[in-house]
Amino acid sequence: MKILVPVKRVVDYNVKVRVRSDGSGVDTANVKMSMNPFDEIAIEEAVRLKEKGIAAEVVAVSCGTAACQETLRTALALGADRAILVESDVDLQPLAVAKLLRALVAREAPQLVILGKQAIDDDANQTGQMLAALLDWPQGTFASKLDIEGDKAVVKREIDGGLETVELKLPIVVTADLRLNEPRYATLPNIMKAKKKPMETTTPAALEVDVAPRLTTIKVVEPAKRKGGGKVADVKELVAKLRNEAKVIA
Amino acid sequence: MTTLVIAEHDNVTLKSATLHAITAASQLGGDVHVLVAGHGAKDVAQAATQVAGVARVLLADAAHLAAPTAENVAATALTVLPGDYSHVVATATGFGKNVLPRIAARLDVAQISEVTTIEAPDTFTRPIYAGNAFATVKSSDQIKVLTVRATAFDAAGSGGGATVEGIEAAPDCGLSKVTGQELTKSERPELTSARIVISGGRGLGSGENFKMIEALADKLNAGIGASRAAVDAGYVPNDYQVGQTGKIVAPDLYIAIGISGAIQHLAGMKDSKVIVAINKDPEAPIFQIADYGLVGDLFELLPQLTAELG
Repeated sequence: MKILVPVKRVVDYNVKVRVRSDGSGVDTANVKMSMNPFDEIAIEEAVRLKEKGIAAEVVAVSCGTAACQETLRTALALGADRAILVESDVDLQPLAVAKLLRALVAREAPQLVILGKQAIDDDANQTGQMLAALLDWPQGTFASKLDIEGDKAVVKREIDGGLETVELKLPIVVTADLRLNEPRYATLPNIMKAKKKPMETTTPAALEVDVAPRLTTIKVVEPAKRKGGGKVADVKELVAKLRNEAKVIA
Repeated sequence: MTTLVIAEHDNVTLKSATLHAITAASQLGGDVHVLVAGHGAKDVAQAATQVAGVARVLLADAAHLAAPTAENVAATALTVLPGDYSHVVATATGFGKNVLPRIAARLDVAQISEVTTIEAPDTFTRPIYAGNAFATVKSSDQIKVLTVRATAFDAAGSGGGATVEGIEAAPDCGLSKVTGQELTKSERPELTSARIVISGGRGLGSGENFKMIEALADKLNAGIGASRAAVDAGYVPNDYQVGQTGKIVAPDLYIAIGISGAIQHLAGMKDSKVIVAINKDPEAPIFQIADYGLVGDLFELLPQLTAELG
């Protein structure tokens, strides 16, 4: 079976982002970019399925500017077999990305699409669910365990009070949560090999997908600053302050 | 203008999360309808009729809705959508995050996730980059689908007098079925609605040491949370996780123990009213947002604190 893994290029999770002074957005110029951490987990899961002999091919996809090639090379270095870049300079919102992926699914016919549950830039947590809806496929969101058994998948999902197990009929969309696996690091030989793996470029127009944004950003602001930094000397002072000053305990 | 709120429930009780969604829906202006999709969930529908601001409760009852999969809940919601609805709202819980994008995509509209402020019926503010920025966005879609952050909207009170109307459930999609649940059993208040939350981080050193947090939580009737580092290290299950990719909490009192304060964690708790931090590293970023910081060894301070509250 074939696995499609969409990956997103985002501001690295260690970077503290700055809001542009004109309120037009977040400054992403000269900032370290990386693969969305949850997408790394998705790639790892796909590669493990290939190593177990369950999957035959892992195809990584990224939608965005030409710079996403870098993210796709990372996916190839982590074990994907080939990559597809859907190149666009438009602000691609989750619905548009889901439609682009639907077009690629029609062409590639994977049995499994696995992607991160959420991207750490827009924090939308939508693309996987939207893709499943557009394809009329079942969805195994927030997965912490994935087993493929014949034409079925058993997914353990992280839910608010614990875990839920769902049985899904292939083909399916799975979104990766934190505990699904621990992604490997790309080794130097694999980074070198990744340079020779095939990468194809296509466009929304070629896929006949309308990617016009539905949401217009009016302004982006910094959150209200919290005034912290208060210190207490010991437990006695802490308890006294909580009781008498903050009045949050009896 | 009418808003459809997708109710979250366990067929017995209406989850408090839905009360926050109803408040957000009321702020949009128009009528508020609540969809209860379940099995044998009459009591849930009845409870929804009593919530202030609700004009109508739609109850879809079917055996395949007993365990609400996103596939089947979305399909049933789509039997009444788009209709005359202008908005679809749910709280951004595990349930809401699972179901709403499926509805939005079928309606061919964008979803606006984790809304914290309703500026106008088509304009919303939401956090991005783990809450390090807030974006105000305007939707050009006919129907607006939103998940709202529970901590940003008060729970709706009682005093409603709506009626229940039965609707036909969509047939079982046959795509997915829930085969099991392992719920964390706890007598403690639920993390997202607790008045006091105590969270432990990597500084605890082991899952065994979380017992010290439990002892303190028992004294304060507090919910227990954890940083992602503590979850990653296997000390506690994932549903304890507070932060950008875990739960968002805003209790009256948040006590962070052995947590350094990565931005991803702060994203989940910095709206708490009062923050206490206990950490041995005086330079830990958590102290910058704490109202009361206590520098020292948590293994000495935590038992002292528990005893002092005795």
